[in-house]
Amino acid sequence: MSTSNARDAILGSVRNALRRGPLDDTRRAELDARVPRHTRPAQGEDLVARFIRKFESRAGTTARVASRADVPAAVEAYRAGKGLPARAAVGAALQDLAFPGLEIHHGAAGVSEMLSVSQALAGIAEPGSLMMASGPASPITHNFVPDDHVVVLDAGAIVGHFEEAWAVLRARAEGMPRATNIISGPSRTADVEQTIQLGAHGPRRVHVIIVG
Amino acid sequence: MTETPTRGPRVGLFATCLMNVFRPNVGFSAVKLLEDAGCTVEVPANQTCCGQPGYNSGDYDAARALARQVIEAFEHYDYIVGPSGSCMATIRHDYPVLFQNDDVWRPRAQALSEKSWELLSFLADVLHAAPADARYDGTVTYHDSCSGLRGLGIKGQPRALLGEVDGLKLKEMEDSEVCCGFGGTFCVKYPEISEKMVEDKVRNILASGADTLVGGDLGCLMNIAGRLKRIHAPVKVFHTAEVLAGLADGPGLAGAAKEAD
Amino acid sequence: MEIRSKEFKDRAVFAIHDASLQQALGKARGGFVGKRAQQAAELPEFEQLREEAKNTKNHILDHLDHYLERYEAAVTAAGGHVHWARDAEEARKIILDICQRVDAKTVTKGKSMVSEEIGLNEALIDNGMEVIETDLGEYIIQLAHEPPSHIIAPAVHKTKDQVSDLFEAAHGGPRKTEVPDLVNEARMVLRDKYFRADVGITGGNFLVAETGSSIIVTNEGNGDLTQTLAKVHIVTSGIERVVPTLDDATLFLRLLARSATGQETETYTTISTGPRRADDLDGPEEYHVVLVDNGRSKMLAGRFKDMLRCIRCGACMNHCPVYGAVGGHAYGWVYPGPMGSVLTPLIKGLDNAYDLPNACTLNGRCASVCPVKIPLPDLLRELRHMQHQQDLTPVMQKRALKVWRYVATRPKLYHALEQVGARVLSAIARNGSIRRLPLASGWTDVRDLPAPAGRTFLELWQGKRGQK
Repeated sequence: MSTSNARDAILGSVRNALRRGPLDDTRRAELDARVPRHTRPAQGEDLVARFIRKFESRAGTTARVASRADVPAAVEAYRAGKGLPARAAVGAALQDLAFPGLEIHHGAAGVSEMLSVSQALAGIAEPGSLMMASGPASPITHNFVPDDHVVVLDAGAIVGHFEEAWAVLRARAEGMPRATNIISGPSRTADVEQTIQLGAHGPRRVHVIIVG
Repeated sequence: MTETPTRGPRVGLFATCLMNVFRPNVGFSAVKLLEDAGCTVEVPANQTCCGQPGYNSGDYDAARALARQVIEAFEHYDYIVGPSGSCMATIRHDYPVLFQNDDVWRPRAQALSEKSWELLSFLADVLHAAPADARYDGTVTYHDSCSGLRGLGIKGQPRALLGEVDGLKLKEMEDSEVCCGFGGTFCVKYPEISEKMVEDKVRNILASGADTLVGGDLGCLMNIAGRLKRIHAPVKVFHTAEVLAGLADGPGLAGAAKEAD
Repeated sequence: MEIRSKEFKDRAVFAIHDASLQQALGKARGGFVGKRAQQAAELPEFEQLREEAKNTKNHILDHLDHYLERYEAAVTAAGGHVHWARDAEEARKIILDICQRVDAKTVTKGKSMVSEEIGLNEALIDNGMEVIETDLGEYIIQLAHEPPSHIIAPAVHKTKDQVSDLFEAAHGGPRKTEVPDLVNEARMVLRDKYFRADVGITGGNFLVAETGSSIIVTNEGNGDLTQTLAKVHIVTSGIERVVPTLDDATLFLRLLARSATGQETETYTTISTGPRRADDLDGPEEYHVVLVDNGRSKMLAGRFKDMLRCIRCGACMNHCPVYGAVGGHAYGWVYPGPMGSVLTPLIKGLDNAYDLPNACTLNGRCASVCPVKIPLPDLLRELRHMQHQQDLTPVMQKRALKVWRYVATRPKLYHALEQVGARVLSAIARNGSIRRLPLASGWTDVRDLPAPAGRTFLELWQGKRGQK
């Protein structure tokens, strides 16, 4: 189809505009080896404290527990506190944990799902955001479909800047996740008269349980 | 004056078109402020317009013709100074661009650009001058003209100088940095949009509670003064230089002369 | 979308007299400006980042062919497909073909200005598909059958009451009047659509050559539901949106939300890399990217290369007093405000948008907040120059310029005319001003003309000091 013609035409037009032909291999290799060193905003704060402060500034909530074994109780406390039904979609990344009294499944979240529990790959202190890597152990729908999203985040997995979070992604044996969701709080909109309203399409509430 | 043995800089005063026709008092105020600060001021007779109307209308050739005229008239002075952020930004920023492909005129444009100053910033940043015993009894609000503010970084200087005037109370209006809707030919090409913009400006002026508006560009001031007059709002309008020079004792822009006239 | 920029003047006047529009614009104006200023003030590195962003974009544009090829290879390696479209028509055809191949009945859409630019919705609807905009603002204007009036807040021109009316008409049922109820109603209606969608179409804020990923930045989460739940995900993006690496994308992410909505970060930043994998439990089975040129590669050649740095944050329009007075629809095409006044004539033709570069006071506020430092006023002036050279300038204006040049290059004549003018205007003035001046009605329809003193400065000066 015409798309390969279009490809050549567009690249040709770009080169024409730049008044040169295709770059030679040496130059291309240089460009591929380029390591950007952009300014990173200064941080003079404990990473966990900054993460909590920033995340809560956008209506997210947090709790902190000492160890992973405390997670089910913290999830249950949140569920009971919100008066949610005793069932949840739980990422298989948390399958080492038992959730007594909670009816759970590890599948994708369906339209009527009320509560999901996921494991974050990392936290980014700079903006106070969660970084979720999609995969069989952490379906994307868990991040967006239920009204309430509870996320387990290891304190040691909180990094300072975005760049360090990308390093975490690059270090994965399986490479880039299909979807990397950086989540900074509950879904929100200001599309009606600039009035901020939470729970536009995604979760109405996001609760982070920080472990350690 | 007798204490200054060294001759001050020789300044060519750029007499902007609007000042020349509508507000000579601004010119005399500028001369007074410059002379008080020790300058020798001359007003070359072979000057007209900086060329901005042509430049902003896309007629670069006409703008260049005018620019050459200004360069010839002023390049032998130590400085070219004018009471307008708009004209002076044209000379400083646009002249070198207009002649970027002209080996003869580019250096001359560049040289003039480097010694071109808007009046208030020249007084404050170059001469470090303070107005000599000026007095103005009133509450004044200051409009930041866009070319002066964003083109030449004029913001603190006029306010600091106004702060030295006895009896003058400075009161900031909301959105002082937002365009008044003048924009050169814009205001007559798009009068309805311009009206909406000047209406917003006037609302902010009135809300400030000031009895006087000052600013550094006659284009903006004539636009705002004309609108204030149209809605019968009793706010006086002066160029900053008039207030600093102690020459804001007559009627403001669009203001009725006193009965004695 | 059909271009109506020729009607700018009429549409602007109409907008100025539209009370609900003015009410909505008034509410929007202060919010965006104040929040952005606060974010900029809270980040000491903000100005440094703007400079780096400008330089990095320039680097990308200078090597755009390479980064596009690298991006394409990475997308392919991740199992996705890259399509190239020279113009709007090619882009529509590529997307329509994909939709028809999978027998799509329902197409959900995240916000994408490129899809507006290529007129995608009409093409899909004409071919029998149901197209649902899922960004709340886009959804509102879709119900109103209107184009967006702002690139990041498409329904910024609508009041709450108007949204209530639209929802009542579209959804039936009791009329909601409070924002939470309105938002909730849209949430419920759209949930069902996401799950039924065959194809989900989103824009791409950034395309990362390093990983072959597309990045979208949203607050609502609609883009994620759109691209996750449909069987096929199609990304539409301009060719200039490619960035070399994730670290480069970060530079722009740090500026985007702060400049756009005045947030430190938007709620969701999503990096998508290829289609669903073998063991994934959700995600689209196909992942396509349509790279749209539509005039961009030509812009790369000259003065307007600067415009290709644009990251579509909307700060220029948020700070534009003309946009603030007339709103986005007056501009008559997809992109309003300062960036639109540059892009529209370049994409749709100089003669189709004469007013856009001219309806600007060159006040420079847009450029002072642009996160990638695009010299928008200079580009608008450059378009005026092109109009002048191509004889598109109105005859009267051209004549006036000729006369002005003739007179202004003859100082004696100029001064003589100034003296006559000062005397005449002074003579006809009453109480310090002139209320009506037939030849200058553009001025006097709106405001008085302050009266001159009678004699010009140069006249008085020569009288006082003589000639040196």
